[in-house]
Amino acid sequence: MIDTLLSGDRPRSRVLAVALAAILVCLAAAPFLFPGTRALDVAAKVCVFVLLVASYDLLLGYTGIVSFAHTMFFGIGGYGVAIATTRLDPTWGAIALGIAVALAISLVLSFLIGLFSLRVKAIFFAMITLAVASFFAILASQLSDLTGGEDGITFKVPELLRPGFRLLEEPLLGVTVGGRLITYYLVFVAALLLFLALLRTVNSPFGRVLLAIRENDFRAEALGYRTVIYRTIANCLGAAVATLAGVLYALWLRYTGPNTTLDFAIMIDILLMVVIGGMGTMYGAVLGATIFVVAQNYLQDLMKLASDAAKGIPLLPDLLHPDRWLLWFGVLFVLSVYYFPRGIVGQLRAWRA
Amino acid sequence: MSAADDTALPQARIDLIPIALVGAIALAAFAMIGSASTWVTLTVAGLAMGLLIFIMASGLTLVFGLMDVMNFAHGLFIAIGAYVAVSMMRLFSGAAGAESFLANLGAIAPALVAAIIVAGLLGLFFERVIIRPVYGQHLKQILITTGGMIVAEQLIHVLWGPDLLPLPRPTALRGSFLVGDIAVEKFRLIAVVIGLAIFVALIVLLNRTKIGLLIRAGVENKEMVEAMGYRIRRLFVAVFVAGAALAGLGGALWGMYQESVTASIGAQMMVLIFIVIIIGGLGSVGGCFVGALLVGLVANYVGYLSPKIALGSNILLMVMILLWRPQGLYPMSKQ
Repeated sequence: MIDTLLSGDRPRSRVLAVALAAILVCLAAAPFLFPGTRALDVAAKVCVFVLLVASYDLLLGYTGIVSFAHTMFFGIGGYGVAIATTRLDPTWGAIALGIAVALAISLVLSFLIGLFSLRVKAIFFAMITLAVASFFAILASQLSDLTGGEDGITFKVPELLRPGFRLLEEPLLGVTVGGRLITYYLVFVAALLLFLALLRTVNSPFGRVLLAIRENDFRAEALGYRTVIYRTIANCLGAAVATLAGVLYALWLRYTGPNTTLDFAIMIDILLMVVIGGMGTMYGAVLGATIFVVAQNYLQDLMKLASDAAKGIPLLPDLLHPDRWLLWFGVLFVLSVYYFPRGIVGQLRAWRA
Repeated sequence: MSAADDTALPQARIDLIPIALVGAIALAAFAMIGSASTWVTLTVAGLAMGLLIFIMASGLTLVFGLMDVMNFAHGLFIAIGAYVAVSMMRLFSGAAGAESFLANLGAIAPALVAAIIVAGLLGLFFERVIIRPVYGQHLKQILITTGGMIVAEQLIHVLWGPDLLPLPRPTALRGSFLVGDIAVEKFRLIAVVIGLAIFVALIVLLNRTKIGLLIRAGVENKEMVEAMGYRIRRLFVAVFVAGAALAGLGGALWGMYQESVTASIGAQMMVLIFIVIIIGGLGSVGGCFVGALLVGLVANYVGYLSPKIALGSNILLMVMILLWRPQGLYPMSKQ
């Protein structure tokens, strides 16, 4: 049963298995385990980013191509839903239409970018995607009639998902069963299903070909696989899942704007999560995203304590300033690329072996 | 040269079409704009922007050509150059605020020199610590240099604070020259002069000196140069440091051009720089020059003619050029 769900790709490390199970349980029971809006926000963000990072890992870890345009697809999903619900009524039909249009745009764009630049070196693709993504971010902030510009779009969701909605009159185990809870479980279940689908993909024959391309594209080509086609399909697939992740995030926030989806800083975050968690292992996305998002929200409090404690020593308080937490993750990122390129997951598996 | 003339290899013909394209675009823009004074102002602005981008991009494209290394953290040198210039200009704020041109020069020269030196030293450090361990591994290069960029940007925040810093131009460089009814900003003219000087110096260095010969040979065929007994590693470090120093200079000038500096200046410029070196053909200095001019001119013309699509003009330009020449304007033989 579990084997089928995980597509035969077991954690292969006891520590990893325990960690994954703990994360799954925590996320599944988050509204009941961690009361409070902030904790639920963090849990929802973890769900979305696990999915987003896993879809990026399909490109970076499994196919060996570096894209800087992943946030663009993330944003297309968010804007798709936001624009559809504000232009039409906030109904499920409008959301479905928004998703469909967003998916179509993402697929066409990723197909064109792939066709254009995946024939040549990885570096070329990285540079092109960087340029296109920055163009798209500028476009989104300029076309303010459509996208709300820098302010973004705050939109209404269907009745069922609104915070004011109550499913049960009485709180269940001390938690109000209402729109927020339903939205959270929508995000959680959708993210879980899509993650399992990605796991299925990378463990299919198609996924094996991607691995072959990553290891030695020349040889894969010689074996008769059209590497450009496989790469392009992987690119489109990653873009589609990123779009859906954007949809989920927008539904959770009931807002879409450049800062929550298109910002280059988010692209950097995704890179950090993938590499620190472990490239080429879907489970790395789970660990990376969880650690990163939790750190993003709670590490700053710790750093503030440390920074206050270090007062008087030159430079140290600045280095430990809560806003500088990305510095330390950056250092961790560089070190992990050098010393454990398979990330936390790879390291855990290596210890077991 | 006289004795060797008979046996000299035939000179490679210079492909003039891309250069003609620059002129054609300028002429077409003239026809569309219609007013000579506006056109001259825009052209000078475009050339200034293009040449500044060229200063920043030339090192990156050479490093790629020579060692197949793509440094995604090149923007870091730009940012550091700009920030060093800010600090130096503050130090010499008296001289920068003075009325006399010489006193101003006394402020701007140390700022530029300091930007060059600091960026160059940082380049030396960066090459040794970040780039050297990942030779020949493209994926890791992209990741590690991006990581270096993150750390460096945060360190700039630590050292200079997270806020936007003003970088005022010295008094003598403010305002514009008026020739008839044509206004030309003084600073843009300075940028054009410096940019052209550096371009000429680079061309002379590459075509008329032994080091330049080795660099060109290395771009063409690295193994062969090594087989002849030259240490291409040292050459590469030198080119990397020089590229970083030029980026620092470009960053300082760009900061003055915009009159303010933020830590994201590097990341912002990287996008333009990538577009320029893709247009020019990865590894080609001449292509980088033509590409930078194209990007600068087109950005300014389109910005005037139809501001709506100005922001996308660079991408459109890149797409059109790649449709015409998929490897860039001056493709290098290796690819």
